[in-house]
Amino acid sequence: MKKFLALALICALALSACSSQPTGGPESQGSAPAEEKVIKIGVFEPATGDSGAGGKQETLGMQYANSVTPTVEIGGETYKVELVYADNGSSTDKATSAAAELVSKGVSVVLGSYGSSVSIAAGPTFDEAGLAAIGVTCTNPGVTAGNDYYFRICFLDPFQGTVLAHFAMDTFGAQTAYCLGELGNEYDQGLVEYFKQAFEAAGGRVITDSFPTNNSDFTSYLSKAKNEGADVFFSPVSIAYSTQIVDQAASMGVDFPILGGDTLDNNRVLAAATGKNIKLFVSTFYQEGSEDTKDFDEGIKAWLESNPQAKTDNGGDTTIAAVTAMGFDAYYVALEAIKAADSADPGAIKAALPGVEYTGVSGRIVFDDIGDAIRDTAYIKTANTETGAWDFVTQQGVG
Amino acid sequence: MSKEERLRRGQRITWLLVAALLLLVLVLENVIPPSRMLFPVLKKGAVYALVVVSMNLLNGFTGLFSLGQAGFMLVGAYTYAILTIPTALRDGVYYLYGRSAVHFSLPEMYARLLGSSGLGGAVSLTLGVLTALVCAGLSSALAAWLIGLSVLRLRSDYLGIATLGFGEIIRAIYQWDKLGPITNGANMLKSFPTFTSFNIKNTQGQIVLRLSTLVPLMLAGVCIGIMLLLINSSYGRAFKAIREDEVAAEAMGINLARHKMMAFCTSAFFAGVGGAMLAMYQNQVQAKAFTAAMTYEILLIVVLGGIGSVSGSCIASFLFIASSEWWLRFLDNALYIGGFKVPLLRNGFRLVVFSFIIMIVVLFFRQGLMGSRELPELIAGFWQRKHKAKAGEPHG
Amino acid sequence: MEFFLSILLSGISVGGQYALIAVGYTMVYGILRLINFAHGDVFMVAGLMMVYLSAWLPLYLSVPVVLLLTVALGFIIERVAYKPLRASPRMSVMISAIGVSYLLQNLALYITGGLPQMYPRLPLLSDSVTIGGATTRVVTLVTPFLVLLLVLALTQLIHHTKIGMAMRAVARDFETSQLMGIRINSVISVTFIIGSFLAGVGSMLYFSNYATVIPVSGSMPGLKAFVAAVFGGIGSVPGAVIGAFLIGICETLIKGSDYTVFSDAFTFALLILILAVKPTGLFGERTAQKV
Repeated sequence: MKKFLALALICALALSACSSQPTGGPESQGSAPAEEKVIKIGVFEPATGDSGAGGKQETLGMQYANSVTPTVEIGGETYKVELVYADNGSSTDKATSAAAELVSKGVSVVLGSYGSSVSIAAGPTFDEAGLAAIGVTCTNPGVTAGNDYYFRICFLDPFQGTVLAHFAMDTFGAQTAYCLGELGNEYDQGLVEYFKQAFEAAGGRVITDSFPTNNSDFTSYLSKAKNEGADVFFSPVSIAYSTQIVDQAASMGVDFPILGGDTLDNNRVLAAATGKNIKLFVSTFYQEGSEDTKDFDEGIKAWLESNPQAKTDNGGDTTIAAVTAMGFDAYYVALEAIKAADSADPGAIKAALPGVEYTGVSGRIVFDDIGDAIRDTAYIKTANTETGAWDFVTQQGVG
Repeated sequence: MSKEERLRRGQRITWLLVAALLLLVLVLENVIPPSRMLFPVLKKGAVYALVVVSMNLLNGFTGLFSLGQAGFMLVGAYTYAILTIPTALRDGVYYLYGRSAVHFSLPEMYARLLGSSGLGGAVSLTLGVLTALVCAGLSSALAAWLIGLSVLRLRSDYLGIATLGFGEIIRAIYQWDKLGPITNGANMLKSFPTFTSFNIKNTQGQIVLRLSTLVPLMLAGVCIGIMLLLINSSYGRAFKAIREDEVAAEAMGINLARHKMMAFCTSAFFAGVGGAMLAMYQNQVQAKAFTAAMTYEILLIVVLGGIGSVSGSCIASFLFIASSEWWLRFLDNALYIGGFKVPLLRNGFRLVVFSFIIMIVVLFFRQGLMGSRELPELIAGFWQRKHKAKAGEPHG
Repeated sequence: MEFFLSILLSGISVGGQYALIAVGYTMVYGILRLINFAHGDVFMVAGLMMVYLSAWLPLYLSVPVVLLLTVALGFIIERVAYKPLRASPRMSVMISAIGVSYLLQNLALYITGGLPQMYPRLPLLSDSVTIGGATTRVVTLVTPFLVLLLVLALTQLIHHTKIGMAMRAVARDFETSQLMGIRINSVISVTFIIGSFLAGVGSMLYFSNYATVIPVSGSMPGLKAFVAAVFGGIGSVPGAVIGAFLIGICETLIKGSDYTVFSDAFTFALLILILAVKPTGLFGERTAQKV
């Protein structure tokens, strides 16, 4: 009897799931009038996991851009742009399914993801479906290398690692650097490697280390860095880990500065540093408060204020993360590609993408042969531990 | 009709059903657009069915509470990836270590014998992948044999925690950067042949026959078939005897150590093949993903399907994957009916619903979907009832 | 020297926090022969409750409320998920424990939205202090003493009260003690209540040190605490505490060396070693039962 109950339960569940599926589909588009045409842009971002906070901020930029420009002209007709979300959970094993979900929902082009590993993992799925993907802040070379379907609008790790290595030497006169990354995180490990290459080439000494996923005790690593006489502590890790590193470094009263990549440019990390005696420097894509981007800064702040859910996703305040600005630009690059293709067909958009040129809030975006944006400067910011804001330090190039 | 005849008839019907389903998949795959969610679900479902049955072989049929499945899958997945990444792409994959220490790729070795284009290419790819899958299984089985030497004499719960521990140790070894030139440290291995590689293309590079869903189903089917043969052999009866009562089994002349080791290694072999297939499904493999949580998930599917039922495990795997990847996805997104926002629906709700279903099954429907029965028995039972109803006999 | 000292300090503090979780494992295992896989997650939930409660309750209220809720959670888990399965094979109870762990983690994922939560600063405990050139948090120094105090109180309870005697009896022989008129269910409930209370205290110490709570925060510390319990001899409270300190210190030493990859694996290697050499652990009682 019980078995039949169980069977009935499972059947009912499966049935309800099946029946809700067809209604679920049109429901999401149902708000639009029947004659309005819709083009779907896939948002392949983490909403959960280690990179959840960053993924949400990147998505915010796209959502804001979508609220500013909700339509696009194709062949003289106005199409409504609909963002379709898939959570890749910050993990490579969920990335394939999330990508397949986007493909099955019929998106024309994909934006994302925050985090290089998930982008690399999902790449073949997009390729198989003939979709182009625009990487927003995934900086690892492996994302675009050797394929024609992944593009990217940000700088790369060999560049970023070199910039940071030069910055460490120029500004602090550092001779010894301690690098810490997460095991198996393509982003961390790549950046550490390029930092090491540049730093050692310039005559410095580098100690590298890795911690296992979900580690929470960083004091041993910090002590080790201290013991080795490190002048800088380079930890380009996910937000979840960097808040802990900053917090634990402050409690140990370390005197070396902590250097991070673009992931550390986040208000949670900033909050962890505020009110503590710690020196924190990050390299990033975008600096809030410049004259050229005043409209964007003010617009998105007003939008965040008027949208409580968005504000929560942004970490509870209206500090603009660089990834948000990049998400904003990515949306417009996608629109440019759609306009250039003059079609909603994924293949046509993919063919049009390499020729797209666009000047966004983060600067000019032109793709090279590999599909990477040509970028030659990064912004270096430091956490002001008194005001709880990012202070601009310098624009650093490789030269 | 005697009971045996009915059972045989049930078996025949089951096999026919399976064959019909495979044929249906082949047709569907080539008729409806490949972007449908159905296909990833079928692929992942097939992979999980294999892994779940391999765990059931150990936990359900032999009564050994082992939690090392994720570790064995990891070994298999890495073996497969290391043996099949094309040599030309190795430098790109191992870019952090300069180069790979392995300088061959199995499909290419066959290609040198058989030619790399046309039929020769297809055969060498198939042979290369199959050989790599067998190697994946063998390496897992070898790992299991080494582990089994020290842990198989432990009692149920200690065995569970010790195998779980071995899973973690295996993961750490594969992540060790001293082994980087072989395992690529903790970084991702990719670019190896996947299920998509089996789609048959014409000379213009267009796909003429899609096989990417059929291939994993066939592979899983063959492996599960082999396990079924084992379960129905005298070895299988010995396994069940060990599960029921170790002391009695030993008294009946069953060599405990040998049979336990055999079950352990067989299970690990197929978990390794399953791991390799998971890598094929995901297009990449990374040690980080093979955590204890993965083992728990597999164990919970075993429970859902019924401990000690192969067909239950298969059905539960497909149901579980379909629900988690497809049918229940809507639970994760805010849903508006008219102007009304359905409460509770947001990211993560799907998993909560899932966990509650699992707890309900664990607490109230301990038999799971099938208990320890198999599909042929159910069909035979159905026949019997119909037969009896026709004859006007009262229900037994 | 300073390096060594600071490593040792964090080792002792991690060990102390494992110890508080390990006591819960060892007591439950001693009585029910059940590896309570959900225990680490109870520890994580205690951390999350503190995050949310401290947002709208003053600290002096939220600390006791969190402890109370953690105890209630432990009690409810036992009543709902383990008690109905008391007559079933041991494997079903363990699967139920894994199910509860899965449920708690997924609930936490749902409630936090998958974002790491910052643990509130507890006054005094979170402050920095310098000893012998090594700077650390006050909580690091407080932990070992607090652990010793709690464990001392617990051993007094076990050895000198009626309920303690009942616990020892049930741990020795489940059926016989039932026949002797001991109310098994209330003894088991008390065990879970004590275990959860210590896990609650442990979570406050642990998260004051490592201030981010994520849904899987509890699983690794939980497993390590269980290994500590096995190492010390399952069922023995002082054994679990010594095992936990040892594992904590070794783990931080490994993290300070060149073999950081193996910091988690080491714990399990230790487990397998002890199971192979001396399955009863350091202080476990000799039993005729095969392990």
